[in-house]
Amino acid sequence: MSLVDRVRALLGDDAVDVATTPDGVPRVAPGSPDAVALLLGTAREEGWRVRVEGAGTWLPADAPADLALTTRRLDKVPAIEPQDLSATAEAGIGCDLLRQQLADGGTWLALDPPGLAGRTLGSVVATATAGPLRQGFGAVRDHLLGVTFVTGDGRLVQSGGRVMKNVAGYDLTKLAAGGFGAFGVIVLVHLRLRALPRADQTLVLEGSREDLAQVAEDIAAAAVQPAAHELMSPALARRERWMLAVRFAGSAALVSAEEAALRAASGGRFTALRADEAHALWMRAAESFATRPVTFRVGGLPDSSDELMDLLQHQVGDEWISASPGIGAIRWGGETTVDRLRRLRRTLAGLEVPLTLERAPWPVRAAVGHFGAYREGVGPLVAGLRRTFDPGDALVVAVEGTE
Amino acid sequence: MTGGGEGGRGGRGESLAAALGEIVGARHVRTALPERITYARDGLPTHRRVPGVVVLPGSRDEVVAVVRLLAALGVPFVPRGAGTGLSGGALANDDAVLMVLTRLNRILAIDPRNRIAVVEPGVVNVRLSAAAAPHGLYYSPDPSSQTACTIGGNVAENAGGPHCLKYGVTATHVLGLEVVLADGQVVELGSPGGEPWGPDLVGLFVGSEGNFGIATRIRVRLLPVPRAIRTLLADFSALRTAGEAVSAVIASGIVPAALEMMDQSCINAVEDSVYAAGYPRDAAAVLLVELDGCREEAVAADADTIAGILRAHGARDVLSAADAKQRERLWQGRKKAFGAMGRLSRDLVVQDAVVPRSSLPDVLEAIGRIAAAYGLTVSNVFHAGDGNLHPNISFDGRVPGLKARVDQASGEIMAVCIAAGGTITGEHGIGLDKLRYMPLIFDGDALAAMRAVRLVFDPLERVNPGKVVPVHACREWSGVRSAQWGVRSAADRDRSSNSALRIPHSAFES
Repeated sequence: MSLVDRVRALLGDDAVDVATTPDGVPRVAPGSPDAVALLLGTAREEGWRVRVEGAGTWLPADAPADLALTTRRLDKVPAIEPQDLSATAEAGIGCDLLRQQLADGGTWLALDPPGLAGRTLGSVVATATAGPLRQGFGAVRDHLLGVTFVTGDGRLVQSGGRVMKNVAGYDLTKLAAGGFGAFGVIVLVHLRLRALPRADQTLVLEGSREDLAQVAEDIAAAAVQPAAHELMSPALARRERWMLAVRFAGSAALVSAEEAALRAASGGRFTALRADEAHALWMRAAESFATRPVTFRVGGLPDSSDELMDLLQHQVGDEWISASPGIGAIRWGGETTVDRLRRLRRTLAGLEVPLTLERAPWPVRAAVGHFGAYREGVGPLVAGLRRTFDPGDALVVAVEGTE
Repeated sequence: MTGGGEGGRGGRGESLAAALGEIVGARHVRTALPERITYARDGLPTHRRVPGVVVLPGSRDEVVAVVRLLAALGVPFVPRGAGTGLSGGALANDDAVLMVLTRLNRILAIDPRNRIAVVEPGVVNVRLSAAAAPHGLYYSPDPSSQTACTIGGNVAENAGGPHCLKYGVTATHVLGLEVVLADGQVVELGSPGGEPWGPDLVGLFVGSEGNFGIATRIRVRLLPVPRAIRTLLADFSALRTAGEAVSAVIASGIVPAALEMMDQSCINAVEDSVYAAGYPRDAAAVLLVELDGCREEAVAADADTIAGILRAHGARDVLSAADAKQRERLWQGRKKAFGAMGRLSRDLVVQDAVVPRSSLPDVLEAIGRIAAAYGLTVSNVFHAGDGNLHPNISFDGRVPGLKARVDQASGEIMAVCIAAGGTITGEHGIGLDKLRYMPLIFDGDALAAMRAVRLVFDPLERVNPGKVVPVHACREWSGVRSAQWGVRSAADRDRSSNSALRIPHSAFES
């Protein structure tokens, strides 16, 4: 029996779509977490190599594999609990649809990941790609109450829960978030929500990078506490010069007081955007990264942001940069080569700064790896965890490069 | 290990103690029974284990040397901080070494520009905030035991505290770790700025209850000290109304720094003690709500909004602390409530569970019914904003049969919380105490996955053995040949055969 026939027998005819992938890899869309487990269990037995896809808007669907597993039919939102500020969503739901459903209940997931609006929740969680709101609301992991994932050998593993605090057992959610699918396929996510902010204001300032970096420091020194505080390259901001965009979100009293503090700290130089202008700015910046072939993030100390941006400019260019100087996080997008990425990662490792490759064509991912240049002793732990959760090496993920 | 349980020391125990003494100095090795007994409990009175030997290393290098010695001998060991834990997690059997880390108590660096501190595990929680205060910074996680508990222990348990509602639990604030694995290998996890270096091993390590190794250096995030604070005390004539008010506050979109609840039993215990805070004794419950931030006008406006919500949802009165002194008094009553409850009876079981916030009213009533059915005094003092309950059972353990009743009541309370969609611990951990509940919330695959992860860090399960994951409930996992033995390979099996875990006292046959 062929692979496709076998999968049809397992999951039914409507779960398999043979003709849609550009590279001719059969695409399978399980309709439930159990079906994902069944498929991966069989893959382990049969020795099939499986690549995981979401909406296909972030990571290119180009990894060599025997079959492509897409989460797009896992698009249900079993629970939204406005009173508890929590929700449970399947991994294949698009972030735009989820955001709309949450807003209908007066709630908000305070994440603004890079990529197109329809990017799946599972993709955001698996790659831990937070956007500018990471300044005020934390990394992707800070929004997760628990996840359920399917290991490479088809086990359904539940971790965490759906309550606000939980220290029962080891926190495997942390492994799934940002694991790039190396430890399993995320199928269900329990989310920590916030009430929709009563006020949401973005202010911008244009100038040279050096000038804006100084303003950013002044803002931090004045203990201004923005939800986002992002330094964007001209191409990203679609302006002539660099832009510092500051966003406040919360109660009307809080936003108004913080805005006044920002103006005081910056000599009144910022311009307030209308709501539609602000929406367009943040959305365009997020979407821009999906248009570049390579995206990576680096995370250093806040006071090293300037030095890191100089380094990026020198080694790979600075056309597409979005930086949160308040927390030392920088996202880069553009075109570059395997050699340059490897050299940059080595240089950064010398500065104790990790580089995480977020998206790139398969040949680049395979050569460079999402992760690399680990500190001593970390590699064997990661390899051990990988063997634990994918003993048959069924999941095609470029965890580390080939260097 | 000691050759005679609690009774005394054998020759083998003496040879181990001598070897440990050569590393840390003889006076930092405790072998006499009266000394070892002082480490037989943590903050929970219902579990008691007398460790075989207690060792107190004074530096990271000594920790490494001790761990390597114990690895060579195949002796299990248990890391311990101040022993304030509430799950029986830092207890060692007499075939194991208890490694007390309180001498590793240096604050190694405070970097005000990047708002980061690096500490050793034995630093007492509140000391770090005191050291950071001159820079206008503080360390946010504030467990009730913060004047005694250590940051190493906080990391092991992923400790919480009242102000975690707004600022997050320990895991949110730990950026990087230097850890000593079971074989003595030193590994740095994370990066200086907090970005995971590869998979998030820091996040995985925090809350692993000592099973993955010993954190010897901890890099944490500091926050600016809030410039404006408002503390409100709202009192209610019914527990249910107070619970409903919690949901209303949360739904407002304003996130209080803390939102705590105390019931009447707790209020009276506090008011009868030296920590009397002026709580109204006739209230069925009080809510202590704190708002903070950097802008005076915003905090004041938000406090007014919250006060209005509390009144609209049944508060008889809402008191706003007039000054820092009154605020401190209100908080002292809350923070010392567990101590005050010590007055109610000889023993106290501090329980810990989390439920969806909207189910607080129903769950609190159910707990009341369980207490009545078992004839027990249950006092509630807890982090209402997180739905993190602490039903505390007061009892006298000398009364025949009473401990069993407390045990049964605890089990029923846990069952109610699980049925409400909750979990069995929000900040105290599993340790020994909650092993039995783990299969109620995790299936065999989830438990087996946890155990398999532990085996990556500690293949022979020598660090804090017998805690967190109930081995009998784990389903078979690839590469883990036997759920009972946890043997992964022939090499592991051979090494395991020398483990003191299964052949007590064999470590000293040298």
